[in-house]
Amino acid sequence: MTTVTSRRPSRAAQHSHVVAVHGRPRRRRRHSVGLTIVMVILVIYTIVPLLWLIINASKTQASLFASFGLWFSGPFSLFTNIWTTLTYDDGIFLRWFGNTLLYVVVGAGGATLLATIAGYGMAKFKFPGRRAVFAVVIGAIAVPGTALAVPTFLLFSSLGLTNTPWAIILPSLISPFGFYLIWTYAIEAVPTELLEAARVDGSGEFRTFFTISSRLLAPGIVTVLLFAIVATWNNYFLPLIMLSDPKWYPLTVGLSNWSQQGTGASAVPIYNLVITGSLLTIIPVVIIFLFLQRFWQSGLATGSVKQ
Amino acid sequence: MTTMSVRRRAGTPGTLRRDRRDWKGWAFIAPFALVFLAMTVVPIVYAIYLSLFRDQLVGGNSFVGLQNYLDVLSDAKFWSGMWRVAIFLVIQVPIMLILSLIAALALDSLRLYAVGFYRIMLFLPYAVPGVVAALIWGFMYGTQFGLAANINDFLGSQVLQPLTLRWILVSIGNIVVWEFMGYNMLIFYSALKVIPAELYEAAEIDGAGSWRTIFSIKIPGIRGAIVIATMFSVIGSFQLFNEPQLLQGLAPNAVSTYFTPNMYAYNLSFAGQQFNYAAAVAIVMGVITAVIAYVVQVRGTRQENR
Amino acid sequence: MASESTGAAFTRRGFLGLGAAAAATTMLAACSGGSGGSAASDDDIEKAMKKGGSITWWTWTPQAKKQLAAFEKAYPKVKVKLRNVGSGGTQYTKLSNAIKAGSGAPDVAQIEYFALPQFVLAKSLVELSDFGFGSLKKLYANGTWDSVNVNGGLYGLPQDYGPMAYFYNKTVYDKYGISVPTTWDEFVAAAKKLHAANPKLYLLNDAGDPGFTTSMIWQAGGRPFKVDGTTVTVDLQDSGTKKWTSTWDQLVEGKLLNQTTAWTDAWYAQLGNGEIASVVTGSWMPGILETSVAQASGQWRVAPIPTYDGTPANAANGGSSHAVLKQGKNQTLAAGFLKWLCANTTSTRIFREQGGFPSTKSDLSASAWLSDAPAYFGGQKINKVLADASDSVLSGWQYLPYQQYANSVYSDAMSASYSNNTSLNPGLQAWQKAIVSYGNKQGFKVTGK
Repeated sequence: MTTVTSRRPSRAAQHSHVVAVHGRPRRRRRHSVGLTIVMVILVIYTIVPLLWLIINASKTQASLFASFGLWFSGPFSLFTNIWTTLTYDDGIFLRWFGNTLLYVVVGAGGATLLATIAGYGMAKFKFPGRRAVFAVVIGAIAVPGTALAVPTFLLFSSLGLTNTPWAIILPSLISPFGFYLIWTYAIEAVPTELLEAARVDGSGEFRTFFTISSRLLAPGIVTVLLFAIVATWNNYFLPLIMLSDPKWYPLTVGLSNWSQQGTGASAVPIYNLVITGSLLTIIPVVIIFLFLQRFWQSGLATGSVKQ
Repeated sequence: MTTMSVRRRAGTPGTLRRDRRDWKGWAFIAPFALVFLAMTVVPIVYAIYLSLFRDQLVGGNSFVGLQNYLDVLSDAKFWSGMWRVAIFLVIQVPIMLILSLIAALALDSLRLYAVGFYRIMLFLPYAVPGVVAALIWGFMYGTQFGLAANINDFLGSQVLQPLTLRWILVSIGNIVVWEFMGYNMLIFYSALKVIPAELYEAAEIDGAGSWRTIFSIKIPGIRGAIVIATMFSVIGSFQLFNEPQLLQGLAPNAVSTYFTPNMYAYNLSFAGQQFNYAAAVAIVMGVITAVIAYVVQVRGTRQENR
Repeated sequence: MASESTGAAFTRRGFLGLGAAAAATTMLAACSGGSGGSAASDDDIEKAMKKGGSITWWTWTPQAKKQLAAFEKAYPKVKVKLRNVGSGGTQYTKLSNAIKAGSGAPDVAQIEYFALPQFVLAKSLVELSDFGFGSLKKLYANGTWDSVNVNGGLYGLPQDYGPMAYFYNKTVYDKYGISVPTTWDEFVAAAKKLHAANPKLYLLNDAGDPGFTTSMIWQAGGRPFKVDGTTVTVDLQDSGTKKWTSTWDQLVEGKLLNQTTAWTDAWYAQLGNGEIASVVTGSWMPGILETSVAQASGQWRVAPIPTYDGTPANAANGGSSHAVLKQGKNQTLAAGFLKWLCANTTSTRIFREQGGFPSTKSDLSASAWLSDAPAYFGGQKINKVLADASDSVLSGWQYLPYQQYANSVYSDAMSASYSNNTSLNPGLQAWQKAIVSYGNKQGFKVTGK
């Protein structure tokens, strides 16, 4: 599935009424063997490809296809592979890594910032045209992101923006979903009385927002940010068509390019690097998710689904 | 839309500043609105403009009115791509969501040890970029050197042929299930956790068993989440691109250039230089997707309100 | 060199033929682009090369790296960034993308002869007569020269040519008592014999390849594409095409073809381990075998391609030019590099010595080349065989002016036949329909028979 919209968190998360996670007084029940078996099967299903990735990142190109996929074989070359991945073609992988970071920091960061400010504005102010903004943005959520990709490409090429980081950053600055999540979240997370009090104290609206409101919005912001990060980190279709010059590739396009290098009339197969590179690409996202687990899980739960 | 009714029901009018002449809110909205305009509305308008022309290798550019749209509507390739993603979503989406639901209900059942472990393990694939997922599975699907070959060797037959015309849709479906099952599980699980405890207590007093609790409390309680997850899965199916595009290199006979509407638009543009026609395809695809997503949401909500 | 085919037709003895793709499109005078840029003399080019600069070159030629090393020795100030973004269609898609994007295209790119007209029609390439390259005509065998002349303009310089030849793994042939077939009937019998003797082995791999299909139709005497200016007729049901399908259907329906996707790692591996025992392809193949199937050194040999009646008849498969792109900022420097690459004797010598099939007369007649007996081919004088193969290429073949697009949708039409092991004809009919419909939408007058 393309990452453009499907990586958005469920709209479920948008109907936030800041329902605190109920510390439900439900008693732990008898342990179920049947359920455990079901879950173990599902875990095996999700984990096998990842195990395959880790195991094969330790093989040389030669032993990669000459051995059973789910066990180690040949010389253990994980570290050689990592070193080669990082240094191959004058260290282009690190460049791609840097590009991806740039797109994530500016793109996902910017998207979160814009969405937060705007969502907050929707929640806490009444102004002319508010309904129109609502209608247009909600309509846009349903427009598939990739349907826009080719038109955006044509537009950018006539503006000379292709093959620049802007071609990736600008489209990812918009997160209609994030806007909506913050909007619904802010309605209850930021008490209006607090804002009135701040106004009485003579605090400007923006100052109030940055000093007081943003803190109250933190769990919502973290959730929006995380999903924006994943969406940007995984972006493929847009950079694929926007960028011809490898020096601006993100990791996804770079890796698929390395993979393609293994086919053709004068193929130079470097599948060991493709596999190792994939592993290195996944690790940061996994770490971010694990590290911020508490935040996004509460963000999702808080914002969850009480329609 | 749901959201409207939600807000009305939520009833939080006191949170808004009353002054209708107050333009202050626009200071907050403006940056988002500007970028939104430039990155969503302008490309759509530009695409519509482009779709009214035809640029030929012989004869150059000319205004053709709605001809491109008429062509799309009678384009067998376009509809075969649409049909394919429709079949895909009718089969793949329910399988994925049911698996997600089972996993979420299991996590919520309070009858498992190490809930946190399962939760994280099942969610992990979501952190894997679609491209990387397709690469990994593409390697594993190989019948020469992949895991499929190992399994075939072990069985002594050639039953597993994931990259053939017959099986490719299943193979792609499997990748998508793998990627998003845990994610949807988490959405459901989060929703389950906020079902008010009183409902369970009431059920216990009624003497309802586990199954009845599931069907009369839990599933209705998270209907909203299910509708939303369905809608996003539907949108995702219509946009299918990464997985088939990457598998095409491995199996050109199994994945055509119009395998999905998105691939069709891509190949029209860059193999056939039919950018204007591709713009029309993108718009028709967008409209169909938006309508279906809207219907899913409206229907889901209506049932809930019944 | 490439997996797909050239636009040149050759008569016997000495490349007298006329480039059919060139002939096809020469008459497209209506769209011939003006030369545009300012003319540059040899001096200007030499000055630019001395001054130096940086250019990008897209190619999938296996000899490219060695040629480039020699170039950079001769012109140390010119930095050429070599990039392999994929061969054939994969590269053209990316090239079209970059051209449309307005940036990111290379300065010089490898383009097969058959694909050249479509890029010329899209006005993407620099006309090279402005650089005085018209005078290079005498260097090249006529057929290749005609192929780079499109619409009366010069849009590339020839790199190589691809008369088809029969490459086979002698070790496997000997082991299973297969003799090299001289007719296609013998070939079908040998394919049955080998596969019956060992079901893991196949005499040939073919999972459907547009370049191969058109070359085979060409060899069978079919002339499905007739181009006259912007008027095109398509007849993939002509007697030559039928002749080929009646032979090939036996292989497809009899499940006698290995269907691993060509040019993938798995395919190379099977060329190496004997599971695919022969390859019918262009004469540029030796270089690729030597680099990508190194483990089978000493096992492979070359023979003339089988025919229908035993008398020599051949077609071409592949063959590439290099072209300068309009998007490039330093076109004079790019043209200078192009000239060195395709016309400098050091470059063409390296190319032929590393297993490429040359396009220049001097290299084709070089006795050192003709008597070369590479160890990879067990000391066989392969270039003699390949040079002879080029003499029997049949004349009168024409490609479509938009062959590149046609090839990109080939698998859409043919995959069912190959996947289900059924007759190829319904696939060819579907392909013809797609070709006719696209051509008419692009402003050609296309009729299908």
